Amino acid sequence: MTPHRATLLGIAPTLLIIGVLMVVPMVIMAAYSLMEANSFGGVLPHFSAEAYIKLLFDRDLDDSLAFDPSYMIILWRSLRIAGLATAITLCVGFPVAYFIATRPPEQRTLLIFLITIPFWTNLLIRTYSWVLILRDTGMINTVLQGSGLTDQPLKLLYTEGAILFGLVYTYAPFMVLPLYTSLEKLDFRLVEAARDLYCGPWGALRHVVLPLVMPGLVAGSILVFVPCLGAFVAPDLLGGGKELMISTLIQLQFTSSRNWPFGAALALVLLALVMLTLTVSAARQARAAAEGGH
Amino acid sequence: MKKTLTAALPLSFLTLSLMAAAGPAAAAEELFIYNWSDYTAPEVLAKFEKETGIKVTLDVYDSNETLLAKMKAGNAAYDIVVPSHNFVPIMIKDGLLQPIDAPKLSNYANIDEKWRNPEWDPGNRYTVPWMWGTTSFAVDTAVYKGPTDSASLLFTPPPELRGNIGMFKTPEEVVAVASIALGLPQCDDNPKDLKKVEELLAGQKPAVKIYSSEGIHERLAAGEVAMHMIWNGAAKRARDVRPTITYVYPKEGVLAFMDNLTVPKTAKNVKNALTFIDFMLKPENIAIQSNFARYSNGIKGSQAFLSPDLRDAPEINPPATVKTVFQPVCSDQAVKLRDRVWTRLFQ
Repeated sequence: MTPHRATLLGIAPTLLIIGVLMVVPMVIMAAYSLMEANSFGGVLPHFSAEAYIKLLFDRDLDDSLAFDPSYMIILWRSLRIAGLATAITLCVGFPVAYFIATRPPEQRTLLIFLITIPFWTNLLIRTYSWVLILRDTGMINTVLQGSGLTDQPLKLLYTEGAILFGLVYTYAPFMVLPLYTSLEKLDFRLVEAARDLYCGPWGALRHVVLPLVMPGLVAGSILVFVPCLGAFVAPDLLGGGKELMISTLIQLQFTSSRNWPFGAALALVLLALVMLTLTVSAARQARAAAEGGH
Repeated sequence: MKKTLTAALPLSFLTLSLMAAAGPAAAAEELFIYNWSDYTAPEVLAKFEKETGIKVTLDVYDSNETLLAKMKAGNAAYDIVVPSHNFVPIMIKDGLLQPIDAPKLSNYANIDEKWRNPEWDPGNRYTVPWMWGTTSFAVDTAVYKGPTDSASLLFTPPPELRGNIGMFKTPEEVVAVASIALGLPQCDDNPKDLKKVEELLAGQKPAVKIYSSEGIHERLAAGEVAMHMIWNGAAKRARDVRPTITYVYPKEGVLAFMDNLTVPKTAKNVKNALTFIDFMLKPENIAIQSNFARYSNGIKGSQAFLSPDLRDAPEINPPATVKTVFQPVCSDQAVKLRDRVWTRLFQ
């Protein structure tokens, strides 16, 4: 066997996995988005750009196009909630990761182990448990009313706050783990040096710690932002379905709206947004690396 | 009509392997039934096998779309399939069903007059009733003491119910029920009418606590909401836990669905299929099925064989005067308008 053939054989499994699990489904999705919708679901094999026109325009009965911001409003809501959830996760996750990284090594292992415990239970069950805790007749409101602190149940469930809470709860470990990895490698003598040179605690955090843990911070933010953008379970169960999110909008197209091409087009838009996020962050990291190099 | 997929998959594989094994050696009489998952009483099949000596094989699906796709593919040799009323005209039009001339069956007279000659199959040429149910709403009379006879209670709720309401998350059902409340036809494709539907739903939205089609009877039973859109069978389950729950039959009409016994054109054992249909038209047999699935049937005299809690349940036994409205499969234009109403409502 020539070295060239050996190399090909070696990367064959990788190519096969990427091809079957990524390229093929995406080509199907792209193809469906450019076809006509069939009356009972599915597509008709005729070319049509209607799905992409529908993203921005509403076709009236007389075939004239009018600008319709509905879908952009829904998309913006998903982006806003994903962004907020990422910011909150960062604020919550950083102190936790910092705390763990500054413990003695044997304690660290235990604490990291504890962080991963929620993953042992199915996401749907964990989210539904929060429904039971947050609802009007749930644990929190029962305790509050029982102790006389409130006389009416607090409206906790079926709010945007509940959606955010659910997302932060679900994805916090994805922020903590990469941050911890960066913080663990941090040479804390650098912080001591900064303090010796009369740098305040915030200054040390900003000028010494943050630049050094930036890779972990970016990785954690991406790991949280991307799944939050397409999250389905938390908005559906905790949000009460009072406002459409991009994920619920896509699901609707494949069920009662019977518009598979539009659903595929929406999914591709979501994909494009994720790609954009990743590209921007990769470019920023490359620039930061170049700057740090000299 | 609302079934789960999880139960369907392993059963399908089992049936497939059974069918493969039984294939060439099958000299005995057979019947292949294709029905919704969790929707066929095992006792009734056992009784049929015992009485007729015909061996029954059951396979299951989860949606009308799945059934239609399988029949269109043309390679499924089923003798009985059970489409919902709205899919019957599509299957007839596509030539997927064969006439059974139900009025010639010996037990045809058992079908309640109300369910003979239905709008989806004039003259019962292709179908007889299997199970039927209604979609309306239930209200907790411990919270609301007023009259419960109109859909306006749901769409323009009194103060004590505001913020305490659950609605379905499925546009087809919500728009259908709202159309009935407004006295509009089903699958309306007039934009002006759909504008009225949108206004009604937008006006109701601030009073709605949750839009969800899951966990409905549980939410009502827990007191999480005091009024909820609901199917009749689920309302019965909610009342079992909280006796003050009342299922409402609005004077404007109630949305209904009916699943039907039919014979596909590709059926191999037509004679056995007709024997089965005639068997299910007997009150004592369909009652076993109702007791299992907890849905009403369309057969006179089956009341006597129902389990007591089902026999006396107002959810399962609508008043004779109630107007039932069956939603057909809507045109593309009607679906488009409905979709627009929904998107505007939740944008």
